[in-house]
Amino acid sequence: MKIVLNGESRAVRAETLAELLQECGFSGRVATAVNEDFVPSSLRASHKIKDGDRVEVVAPMQGG
Amino acid sequence: MKEFYGTRLPNPLMLGTAQYPSPAILEQAFRDSGAGVATVSLRRESGAGQTFWQMIRDLGVLVLPNTAGCHTVKEAVTTAHMAHEVFDTTWIKLELIGHTDSLQPDVFQLVEAARILTEDGFHVFPYTTDDLIVGERLLAAGCEVLMPWGAPIGSGRGLNNEYALRSMRAEFLDVPLVIDAGIGLPSHAARAMELGFDAVLLNTAVARAGDPVMMAKAMKLAIEAGQLAHQADPIEARDMAEPSTPVIGKAFLS
Repeated sequence: MKIVLNGESRAVRAETLAELLQECGFSGRVATAVNEDFVPSSLRASHKIKDGDRVEVVAPMQGG
Repeated sequence: MKEFYGTRLPNPLMLGTAQYPSPAILEQAFRDSGAGVATVSLRRESGAGQTFWQMIRDLGVLVLPNTAGCHTVKEAVTTAHMAHEVFDTTWIKLELIGHTDSLQPDVFQLVEAARILTEDGFHVFPYTTDDLIVGERLLAAGCEVLMPWGAPIGSGRGLNNEYALRSMRAEFLDVPLVIDAGIGLPSHAARAMELGFDAVLLNTAVARAGDPVMMAKAMKLAIEAGQLAHQADPIEARDMAEPSTPVIGKAFLS
């Protein structure tokens, strides 16, 4: 299945958002959105990933 | 000092965490500034996020995540929810950018996003203009803090429209008001405090100074001076001189 992860096209095996984070090596404090909608961490395990999904994974960053 | 959503700040400086020459300088600038609040953001995870987060936690300051770079209500609301999850705070510095060159807030979308986020349980710190009616609308939308700009973000121009900021202070007497953006010099920050503002939020002025740590300390002292001056009830400026030395008793020598 092909998805777009943080703006880059990727082929992944994961079926859920939680599996995707694991497969792509994300850990620590991150927040997720799929197709521009926020997906809380409590729903990641049940959130199914579909072909063509746009997934955003964000983390703390410097800001003003 | 007024409370910000029930929280009393240790001092009136909110300091940004962006653009420092190195993490070590950021850390030292924070310590020397005495800032009680750090603004932070969310960006695509590239590996550096977790180290940065650990450093901010070690500073022991309150964290104010922003929605920097958001141009639509939906984008800002989604970013706020993500920030809530990552930073574990209900505070959000709501930025809705309306103009690319001036980074002027889109106040129409700002009010709408503030209303939605307040309903969602957020404590919104809106980055706004010095427009009184927009201020009223933001308060009606549920905001209990207003953050008018001094000048465009990163411009270092100081308080562009002091008259408008004075009016805002007079109109919203009981509302915590923060000058957010545009501060370039300690004198600008001192001026904001002299006018009776409750806090100053700045970043570039410190981070991009030749010596950020020294500038952080200068800002701390200026803000303290301005705050004391406001509390001390300054004299009114006048057009004509008024001798400060007593006139009576002067020896007749001519």
